[in-house]
Parts: sequence; structure tokens; C-alpha cells
Amino acid sequence: MKKLRVLLAVLVVPGLMLTASCAKKVVKPEAAVSKSDTTAQRVVPPPPAPVDNSAQVAALAARQKFQAEDVRFAFDSAVLDMTAQSILKDKAAWLKANTGANIVIEGNCDERGTVAYNLALGERRAASAKTFLTNMGVAPARMATISYGKEKPLDPGHNEQAWAKNRRDHFVIK
Amino acid sequence: MKRVSGFSGWGNISLLLYIAVLFIVGAWYGVACAAGPYDYVDINNPSLKKVPIAIPFFKPVTGSATESDVSRNGANMLSEALAFTSYFNILDRGSFLVDAQKADPATPAFKAWTTVGAELLVTGAAAVNGNQLELDLRLFDTFNERQLLGRKYTGHVSDLRSMVLRFCNEIMGLLTGSTGLFGSKIAFISSGSGSKEVYVCDFDGHNPVQITHNRSINLTPALSSDGKWVAYTSYAKGKPELFIENVADKRVTVVDKRGMGISPGWVPGKFELGASLSFSGDPEIYLLTGNGKVINRLTNSPGIDISPAFSPDGRRMAFVSRRGGTPQVYIQDMNSGSATRLTFQGNNNTQPEWSPKGDKIVYTTLQKGGFFNICVIGADGQGLVQLTHAQGDNESPTWSPDSGMIAFSSTREGSSRIYVMTAYGTDQRKLVTMPGTQSEPRWSPGVTN
Repeated sequence: MKKLRVLLAVLVVPGLMLTASCAKKVVKPEAAVSKSDTTAQRVVPPPPAPVDNSAQVAALAARQKFQAEDVRFAFDSAVLDMTAQSILKDKAAWLKANTGANIVIEGNCDERGTVAYNLALGERRAASAKTFLTNMGVAPARMATISYGKEKPLDPGHNEQAWAKNRRDHFVIK
Repeated sequence: MKRVSGFSGWGNISLLLYIAVLFIVGAWYGVACAAGPYDYVDINNPSLKKVPIAIPFFKPVTGSATESDVSRNGANMLSEALAFTSYFNILDRGSFLVDAQKADPATPAFKAWTTVGAELLVTGAAAVNGNQLELDLRLFDTFNERQLLGRKYTGHVSDLRSMVLRFCNEIMGLLTGSTGLFGSKIAFISSGSGSKEVYVCDFDGHNPVQITHNRSINLTPALSSDGKWVAYTSYAKGKPELFIENVADKRVTVVDKRGMGISPGWVPGKFELGASLSFSGDPEIYLLTGNGKVINRLTNSPGIDISPAFSPDGRRMAFVSRRGGTPQVYIQDMNSGSATRLTFQGNNNTQPEWSPKGDKIVYTTLQKGGFFNICVIGADGQGLVQLTHAQGDNESPTWSPDSGMIAFSSTREGSSRIYVMTAYGTDQRKLVTMPGTQSEPRWSPGVTN
């Protein structure tokens, strides 16, 4: 252990000194350029005239939100609580506004519980969301479901914080 | 390899009775009962009193170097195999008073063996001619000075392990009435290659062989009664589907239906299996042929119905259902279709497996502290016993073909690994040491060589 520390000191310390000195060398000429050549900035062509793409940006943001926002579940439950239902209402609205989009609902579980049971539970979770969205007026043919059981945890941790994140439906636009 | 001749002696009723008591008392586990004729047997822990057995190195018949190797390796293999059952105390060879390698294996000096505490003795003689091995093995009761068993095996030198294991099967058959442990295989999942693939190893963890190579996610493997087929769930084609694969020629049948195909369990002695398919909208258990054709639907209730485990006679099926609000083990009569709930303790009981003897069901329970542990309960709902305690999560219990042992997965050392214990929960130890994590062991029913 001691040897390792000495070795680290020998290798790392000069390395740090080297990077520090290099950084200084680089910084100085840059500072010199920006100070002396003030006319350079005027030569740079102006940015292209702003286009009103706020609608596109908003659409992209909505699409990203659709895929990023998971629906979460309590342990050993496929019941949609108020938060889950509220998220699903947003998703239903997006799906109705984007009728060309088909999705896959991926049901997931936390690591607790046995493999086959979690596969079944994950399927129930995906089915819960699909039923809810169908009831909100989304055509069931646009929605596929798949269960990953406990095989694809979002958070690899072994605590309630991680488990809460992993008990989820994840939504993917095909 | 074939058996050339058999020369066995039965007799010795008292020793057999003693062994019988050792095993039968297990059925009364935890029940206070009068001490049997042998009060040194701890009836609350039948595995605690192990039968002392001496297994000296075999006699090299001509004394050649190959014979010497075979004699030592064979005796070591035999010791290891018998020790695996936890029923024997393998005596230290350093304490032996006679050099069995120089003695006549047919006429041991019994007093010299009882003096060192042996109640049983195995002698052997190995004759090697070219690549041909002739192995003569005998089992003696040293107190009653009787030969209980004698077998002669011939074959290639490389058949040594299978010769020794066949003799071990004979020993167990004589002493317990159950054979099959030493020819059995265990299917399991290992992530060592970077993805969860199906593997099969010998009963004692030796010779692990990778079966699937699809680099997908493969789960819940189950070997057929003859050990020739392995059913499992695979994501190889995108979604979790039931695969039935011929272990030898790698032929695969995919049960290609809408939804999932999960939790296969073979019907003992038949080319039929149960599995949960969700094409109807929720997971229901179906009976299928080994070729993946649906024979009929076995459950019909909303919600989760999975993990069929058939009784040895195929007349009943244990399974997991959430019909009562929490996952519990139920037993269904295959004729009438009526199901009764088996487990009532705890809110999460899954992974039932029916003992090959037929009397017990082992399963996984979630306890209040948040850990999973293994329990065993009578098929009649009586005699619940918890087998694992306070050592991480313990899951996927599976019976050995003689019902004497249970393999399972545990996180007691961090990552999930496969362990084995006696059917009473004693002698828990790791079965395989491999890279990655190992899980979901499933023992094959016995395969007689």
C-alpha cells in the first residue's frame, strides 16, 4: 500500500505540475491576442438572422418530455396513483396531438422479488398505462407493451431511492 | 462403460435401520417425539450426526503409475461426492491404521477401521491396461463386518468420474432408497460473458457448459426429466418468449405468441411442460407439449398466474397467483381444476417447487425486514420451516432428484451466487465459482446412466 502511494506521488505530482505549467503557457498568448487585436471582433460576420423556430423547439421539448418522464409505482403494485394518472393525461394529450407516433410502453420492476414474478408484474404495469391511455382516447393499436421485469434497472443502487426510480413504466416513441 | 458384474450383500438390518432413522426423522422435523433406538441421533437436526465413513486410496493392482493416479483421484472423487450429500463424515486418511493400498480390498481388517471410528468403509482396486480401466469398488459395514455392496466397472480411463458417481448412486440407493443425485445436472443463469446466458453444470457444480450464446437476456431455465431439453425465457427475438432447446443439437422451438412466455416447469417423466403465456391479455398457465404446442389452458383468473410446479405423479400443480391480492402459492388439482391456497404467512410467496418425493413444496418468501428467504412447507400446508436466515436475499430454491438437497441463489456475499444446502437447511455452501453473477438454479430430475 505504502509503495503504491509513493509510486502515485512520483507519477502524479510531476504530471500535475506539467499540466499546470502548460496551461499557463496557453493562457498567456490568448490573453495577449484578445487585448491587442480589438478589431478582430468587428471582422467576424454577424450571426444569421434569428428564425422563429419556437414552435419546433417546443415540439421537440414535448417529445423529449414524453420519453423522459416515467410513470412510477409502489412496491408490488401496478396501480396508477394520482401522480401517475396526471403524467399519463399529459402523455395522452401528446399522443392525440401527434397521431403519427406509435409507442412502446416498457414495464419495469425494482430488484426485489423473484425473476418470473417481476416479469409478470412489469407486464401488468405496462398494461395499466396502456389501459389508461386507451380510456383517454388513444388508439390501442398505437401502443405496444413489453416487460423487462427487474432486468433493466434505471438506477443500479440497492436502496429505496433507487428502487422507487426502477419501479416504472418507460415510454419510447417508435 | 458398462457394469460387468454385481456382487452385493444386503443384510445388516441394524445399520440400515439406523440410516433409515437418520432420514425418516427428517419428516418429523421440529416435532417433539420420543427418542428412537439410537439416541445419539439428534432428531431436530438429522444431518448433524453424520455417518463416519473411511475412504482410503484404492489399491493399484499392478502398481503402475497410472493406476496409482487413478487410485488416489478415484478415492478423492468418491470422498468429495459423498461429502457433498452432507450425510457422511469423511474420516481423515492420516488417522488410518492400515495401508489399504497394500491390503486385499475384499477382506478388510474391520477392527482396524472401527478403531478409527469408521462405521462404513469403501475399498477399491484399480487395474489399468492401456487406456482400459477396471475398477472394483466395495462398501462395508465395519461394525457388523459385512460387505453391503460390490461393483466392478470397466471402461476408458477418462470414465473414472462417472464410474465413481455410479457407485455413489448405488451407495445412496442402498442407504436411503433414493438414487439419481450423482447423475443429475443443474441449469442456471450466469452473466459472466457480459449477458445473462443459460448454463448447465453437474450436480456438484463441476463442468459448467454454456448453452445459449444469443447475447440477449435469458431467464428461468428448466431441464426436462430426461435432461435432454431446457426451456427458458429469452429476449433474443425482442420480447420475453418461451424457448425450448435441445441441449445436444441446439434445436430451438420458440413459442411464438403475442405477449410473454415465462416461468416454464416440466411435468415429471413427460415431454410436457407448463408455462405462463399472456396472449389472452394477462399471464395464464398453459400445458404445452415439448414441441411448444398448447395442449390446454390450466388457469383462468384475472391477474398474475405463473410458475407451474407439478407433483411427481403429475396430478397436482403448485403455482403462484395474485388472485387473493398478494402473490401466494396455490395447489390445483389437474383433474378437477379446483385450486386451494397453500401459503398464508407473508405477503409475497413465489417460486414453488414440488419435492421429487412428493411430500413438500419449497418456495421463496419476502419477510417483514425486506429480505427474501427460502421456506419449505408440506403439500398439505403443514409443517412450515424457514431454511435460510439473515444472509442477504435467498431465492430460486430447487430440489435435488433424491429430495435430499436444495440449491438456491443468494446475495450473502454481495453478488448473486448459487449455493446448496440439505433439505433441512444445514451445510449451506457455494456451488459454483464463476465470473459474473449466477442465479436461478434448477435441478434436473435424476438421470440414470
